[in-house]
Amino acid sequence: MSISTLNAPVNRRDFLKLTGLAGGGLALAFYIKSGGDAVAADSATDFAPNAFIRISPTGAVTIVSKQPEMGQGVKTSLPMVIAEQLEVAWKDITIEQGDFDEKKYGNQGAGGSNSTPNNYDNFHLVGATARTMLVEAAAQTWGVPASECRAENATVIHSSGKKLTYGQLAAKAATLPVPAKEAVKLKEPKDFKLLGQRISQFDTPKIVTGKPLFGIDTKLPGMLYAVYEKCPAFGGKVVSANLDQIKTLPGVKDAFVIEGNGKVKELVPGIAIVADSTWAAFSARKQLKVVWDEGKVASESWENFVSQAKEKAAQPGQRTLRKDGDPDAALASAAKVVEANYVYPFISHANLEPQNTTAYWNDGVMEVWSPTQIPTIGAGLVSRVLGIAPEKIKLHITRAGGGFGRRIGADYLIEAAAIAHKLKAPVKLTWSREDDLRHDQYRPGGLHFLKGGVDAKGKVVAWKNHFFTFGEGGSPGSGGGLSPDEFPGRWIANYQAEQTMFDTGWPMGPWRAPGSCVFAWVIHSFIDELAHAGGRDPLELRLELLGDKDEMPGGGGGGGGGKGKQGGPSYNVSRMRNVLKFAAEKAGWGKKKFPKGSGAGIAFHFSHRGYFAQIAEVTVTKEGQLKVDRFVTGADIGAQVVNLSGAENQVEGSVIDGLGVLMTQELNIERGRAVPSNFTDYPLIRITDAPAKIETHFLKTTYPTTGLGEPALPPVAPAICNAIFAATGKRIRQMPLSRADLRWS
Amino acid sequence: MKYTLTVNGQSRTVDVAPDTPLLWVLRDSLELVGTKYGCGVGACGACTVHLNGVPTRACMTPVSTVGRMKVTTIEGLAADANKLHPIQQAWSELDVAQCGYCQAGQIMTAAALLKDNPKPTDEDIDGAMAGNLCRCATYMRIRQGIKRAAVIADAGKETSK
Repeated sequence: MSISTLNAPVNRRDFLKLTGLAGGGLALAFYIKSGGDAVAADSATDFAPNAFIRISPTGAVTIVSKQPEMGQGVKTSLPMVIAEQLEVAWKDITIEQGDFDEKKYGNQGAGGSNSTPNNYDNFHLVGATARTMLVEAAAQTWGVPASECRAENATVIHSSGKKLTYGQLAAKAATLPVPAKEAVKLKEPKDFKLLGQRISQFDTPKIVTGKPLFGIDTKLPGMLYAVYEKCPAFGGKVVSANLDQIKTLPGVKDAFVIEGNGKVKELVPGIAIVADSTWAAFSARKQLKVVWDEGKVASESWENFVSQAKEKAAQPGQRTLRKDGDPDAALASAAKVVEANYVYPFISHANLEPQNTTAYWNDGVMEVWSPTQIPTIGAGLVSRVLGIAPEKIKLHITRAGGGFGRRIGADYLIEAAAIAHKLKAPVKLTWSREDDLRHDQYRPGGLHFLKGGVDAKGKVVAWKNHFFTFGEGGSPGSGGGLSPDEFPGRWIANYQAEQTMFDTGWPMGPWRAPGSCVFAWVIHSFIDELAHAGGRDPLELRLELLGDKDEMPGGGGGGGGGKGKQGGPSYNVSRMRNVLKFAAEKAGWGKKKFPKGSGAGIAFHFSHRGYFAQIAEVTVTKEGQLKVDRFVTGADIGAQVVNLSGAENQVEGSVIDGLGVLMTQELNIERGRAVPSNFTDYPLIRITDAPAKIETHFLKTTYPTTGLGEPALPPVAPAICNAIFAATGKRIRQMPLSRADLRWS
Repeated sequence: MKYTLTVNGQSRTVDVAPDTPLLWVLRDSLELVGTKYGCGVGACGACTVHLNGVPTRACMTPVSTVGRMKVTTIEGLAADANKLHPIQQAWSELDVAQCGYCQAGQIMTAAALLKDNPKPTDEDIDGAMAGNLCRCATYMRIRQGIKRAAVIADAGKETSK
């Protein structure tokens, strides 16, 4: 599966394709199987009508969560959907993480904010089907029509007042056929008791008491500990190393070279050191001396590409992504023309849990425990690179200490499996923080050379962009492809987007809201420049730009997150207009008077099926210190917020993440290698820079319920930069802010 | 080398190299994996434990320097095994965590803050917590959680009077 598909709105046909379902049968049929086929039933009398629910005669209710959990909250929110329809109180439910088994569960990839929209409807049916069967079991037991019975709090109640618990009904329900979808009545949203509530994550008790939970916490009997040294220059090969000396060091069990499979994002060449403890492996590594063949990547540096882009900016791009009307003529006749260059660097994901995986090659089976976002990618790599049949790979999905797109790549997983393949014992590979920063699959940097024109009334009449991006193997890295449909393409009659790509040997990968996370900053900063040039209010100009249409059809495909060939999804303009007005009203846009040094900024963005508008209020001290005083989000993610606590947490985290990236993050690449080594020279945002106040408002609409891991992030940086401009008159055109001088007098 | 440590009130003996950071002794030798590895250079706070009640970076503390100091980890923070520490209670109530990886370190630092300063202001909280990174950026809830824990701790004192 290509990453671009993850960012596309997945319609049912794509979903079937993605999950490998053939034929026209309902996707639901995939999940709802007869009792005999259902898995993990502890005994013959357990009621397990599908892969996700198990009710024992003791009344214990277990829900299996199939999606990887990395902090986005799906291990709680998606089981809430099942529990709602099943009519079991939340406190009475146990949740188990499902192992990787897409034949059993369907697609298990967590990325592109897709876990909720891809599973929401199915999980309603999963829960309701089981409830229907339990009601039927009670009705048959009593010899009454099912219509006289209702379910509540894990109990079926007859109109006469008779009651049977789910535990009492489990054995009987297990003998019943699974009803057709049409025979299952879903609870109506007005009757929801659980959905929309604030529910603390199921794993909270383990998190706050330090119980083993994450991939890095895995421990198996007889387990060894590995580190893996790779060439500092991306993809470089091992020429020689002092392995004989390393093998004599305390605690070291083995040391060997792994050749790699020639792909910089898969199995990269390196040296494995295997020891009897993590520290023994880390210590031995300090003695390692390697001669590397760095390859041609060692001639590639960020600064060099930036210089080249500046030289080529005025020339035509390699490709025209979109051209509407006559932008040059429109610029020539515009009342005012604005030119601006925007630059953002490469950045790292910097998951706080360093990449790790435990693997055990035993009796022809590769068993793996890994914090992974898309397990099928890792399992596929193990099969392809090591030549192990898919059915001989067992993959346990552990909780991940942060995802942000990093764990879509499975380089660390295949490294662990490749090391285990040479050993007779289980082995845990732990990356150091330095490994993690220096061998990430980075968010690509980019440069945008923009020209825009406004007429005498301040209306935007022309927009030109020469976009410079970075490629790997001939196409832009993930998130490095500007969609021809990227806003405001399609909205401005005279619009042109051109692209020039520098092909590199640098590993790039999806970073939280790929593409959107940077394009929204460029676009909404530049719209703000045009608003000020034309003497227009930034909100009012945006509403004018969006126009009166309710729907803007797209060219289809992945939009900004993908390889940049296709257009984007259809854009519901009315949703964006409404959420923009909603956020502005919540923030009191235009009603506040700010003293010099303070101001408000606004931005919006549509990505990952969510419509978001945000307003930042900031203060910049005369000494140039930025403080976000208040940050307001208006969000339209459809009809139902599943877990209000998790939803607010995602938005607050996205706001602070967006602010943190803007403030300090920069992963410089020199001579084909990452320069920063640790959080000392790659600083992340700390509590001291978190906004004083974050307000999150959900605008309930009638549209399908969608995900929240990503879409709140893209408008954050432009809202803040536009507020900085309002406060200081300083326009930020380069990330990060640590490079800017914000002092004013 | 053999070292006998006092960890969460228990005497534990380990046989490790003298320069082994306490972090890896806890995680690999004692199977107390609540204390997390994040950076190895004292920059993220995920490995925060208490040494004689003082929040300390376990990744920067060689086992040979621990001596008779009392080590408290997230697993031993609650004095009563059946009752969570007020910080843990507040974290549970307010659903502070996202991924949760940093939270043991956050909780250990917050617990030490609350001991010294039972009613911390936002400024006190930011000052005390500045050494603990949260990549998911749950900082708003960390502030709220500490304030909530202060209320819980205060109520606990009332009932025990």
